[in-house]
Amino acid sequence: MPLYHTDDQQMLHDTVAPFMAEEGGIARQLRHWRDRDCPDGFGHALWRQFAEMGFTGILVAEEDGGLGMGHVEAGILLEEVGRNLTPSPFLATSVLVASALRHGSDDVRGRWLPGLLSGETVYSAAIDEGPKHRPERIACRAERSGNGFRLTGQKDFVLHGASADMIVVAARTSGEDGETDGITLFAVPRDANGMQHQPVRLVDSSVATHTRFDGVELDGDAVIGEVDGGRVVLDAMLRAGRVGAAAEGVGVARGAMDMTVGYLKQRKQFGRFIGEFQALQHRAAHLYAEVEIARAAVMKAAQLLDAGAEQADLMTSVAKAKVAKAARLAVQEGVQMHGGIGMTDEYDIGFYMKRDRALAEFLGDEHYHAGRVAALSGY
Amino acid sequence: MADLTQFREQTRTWLQQNCPPEMREPVRSEDDIYWGGRDARFASEAQRVWFEACRDKGYTVPAWPKEYGGAGLSPPEAKVLREEMARIGARPPLSSFGIWMLGPALLHFGTEGQKQRFLREIARGEVRWCQGYSEPGSGSDLVSLQTSGEDRGDHWLVNGQKVWTSYADKCDWIFCLVRTDRENKYRGITFMLFDMTTPGVSTKPIKLISGSSPFCETFFDDVKVPKSYGEDIPAQVGEVNRGWDVAKYLLGHEREMISGADSSERTAGIGAAMKRVAEGGGGSLDPLLRAELAQFDVDALAYACMGEKFLDEVKVGKAHPAQPNMMKYAGTELNKRRHELMMAVGGSRALEWDSEETAGGKPARDWLRTKANSIEGGTSEIMLNVVAKRILDLPGG
Repeated sequence: MPLYHTDDQQMLHDTVAPFMAEEGGIARQLRHWRDRDCPDGFGHALWRQFAEMGFTGILVAEEDGGLGMGHVEAGILLEEVGRNLTPSPFLATSVLVASALRHGSDDVRGRWLPGLLSGETVYSAAIDEGPKHRPERIACRAERSGNGFRLTGQKDFVLHGASADMIVVAARTSGEDGETDGITLFAVPRDANGMQHQPVRLVDSSVATHTRFDGVELDGDAVIGEVDGGRVVLDAMLRAGRVGAAAEGVGVARGAMDMTVGYLKQRKQFGRFIGEFQALQHRAAHLYAEVEIARAAVMKAAQLLDAGAEQADLMTSVAKAKVAKAARLAVQEGVQMHGGIGMTDEYDIGFYMKRDRALAEFLGDEHYHAGRVAALSGY
Repeated sequence: MADLTQFREQTRTWLQQNCPPEMREPVRSEDDIYWGGRDARFASEAQRVWFEACRDKGYTVPAWPKEYGGAGLSPPEAKVLREEMARIGARPPLSSFGIWMLGPALLHFGTEGQKQRFLREIARGEVRWCQGYSEPGSGSDLVSLQTSGEDRGDHWLVNGQKVWTSYADKCDWIFCLVRTDRENKYRGITFMLFDMTTPGVSTKPIKLISGSSPFCETFFDDVKVPKSYGEDIPAQVGEVNRGWDVAKYLLGHEREMISGADSSERTAGIGAAMKRVAEGGGGSLDPLLRAELAQFDVDALAYACMGEKFLDEVKVGKAHPAQPNMMKYAGTELNKRRHELMMAVGGSRALEWDSEETAGGKPARDWLRTKANSIEGGTSEIMLNVVAKRILDLPGG
């Protein structure tokens, strides 16, 4: 398969890009909700528009009522979400949770997919325990209790957890902290007794929660996939989420780069456009190379994931790490090349820096994923 | 797609039957590369068998039309062949500047007569070509070149000097940029073809910091270049005085080639191999070195994706025309980093200059040689200039 967008994918892009620029733009969404101190951190109206266009079910199988598309297509949408810094439950709901629900029974899918498809509900996933992404170690426990389970433990960095109608929680049902087996995934509904959210606003104006589970009673039908065999579901969710976050990161990088290159052509000092100075030209050109390379890596990882290829796991980590590096460069050069106004809240470039920081941390930063590349390569 | 699957199976079978096991070993020295030419000698029987099988099948230049010695493969078929060759580690059957550089120029700008003669000679490995571009006074500012061709009716009288001419002392013919109009900087250069045995041509090898090199200085002293080599075979490619167009077109190809986008060796991670090197020396990978290797592998594997994307886009005309400059910049800087890391892992063993254990100082010599990657074919600084102006559309300067 050639490594560029097919005609259909190009058409999707041509629909999504103007829509997101219009409806998802910074003034209309990010700045609007931030300035109103919105407890969700995103707007529900745009989420329903996503649903009307079918986007919320982009990864949901056609027989389940979704678009039945792949990670390349989801990535096209996410790149525009990133470019516009649009606050959206899309990554958590339509990528992470939707990927988990693929492994769910007919009952599980029947219960949770309709709300996702209609845009009535948003979901999230609770994976991390502690400030760094370490999904190899899961301590949150679910003990057998009657016909179901009792869930106890704490999760962190749960995106818009307090706004979610359901949270997919990875918990240990047997074995010790570091073991591969013994993980089970649960769909925990909003009204579950004993679930407590502590919402925290993050640097990028999104809202995440520290979520405690104090003996939350769950039915057996809350289980997604196999009891003790949830690692498969978790891994699928992580691969999808990481490629998705990387695609969004490419959008952040490209948005910051385009804004900065535009500024170089417009700002004058010493009687010249600052973009005439070779010192800045070379840095901008180097940035362009890094962002292009990162984008190619994401597209490749998405294609491999859609093809179910063995190398998908390695390339997912390559893409996540590479995007983190390229986007970091883009936002840092962005603020520096804008000079003083780049530090002001009035100007948008700073939003890119904040978003990049949060997005890079989500599901593993460049150090975590470079380490994973080494481990998967055998060193 | 069904056709491609079938083509892949056929290719796999053909390679199985025709590529000798010795030709699936990595290239270890200059002897392992077959360049063709009038004085060519095969280093081994396997090299001869492999070359002749490919030549007869058109696989020395798979994507060229059959009438010029190629196999006429479509871009997707050529990609399949490349993938299948990479899968078994097959060496290129024939390497030549004729294939990489002159061929594409002739396919684009050549007359039918030139194609029939020169392309076939290249495809069959009969003539080895070198490239005469840079001059002592014209490096990055190539268009200022001074080697002159005076119109003497039925021939050009060429005088001047070229430098960094790869393998000039071993090549049969040269494609050469010659100034034929002093009044017109860009439209005063002609892209000429002539025989290196013509009286007045002489070469002198250049020794590099790596100890040896394929590069030469090439001198032209009243060289008479005939204006025609037969019916419809003029000595120049494109029109007289319009050689800069050809040169620019070819620089794209050269940059693509130096970028290593197409090279499996240049687009792979090195961490696992470096761990074996470290452990082979009785030690282990230093944790900080491991971390640097991991960061390098991320960049190298991501660059491999970019290489694949770039080549796919080139085939269907989707790539930005200045994209080879970005590829060349990123690919060569990456290769320099690769060899810095290999030297760091190798330690004092990698410093050895002529020991048997290092095959005559290969690590150190290869490391030094890579420093030319970001100079030859356009420096990194020139590449960044081009990207800034032609892709990012930054002003003036």
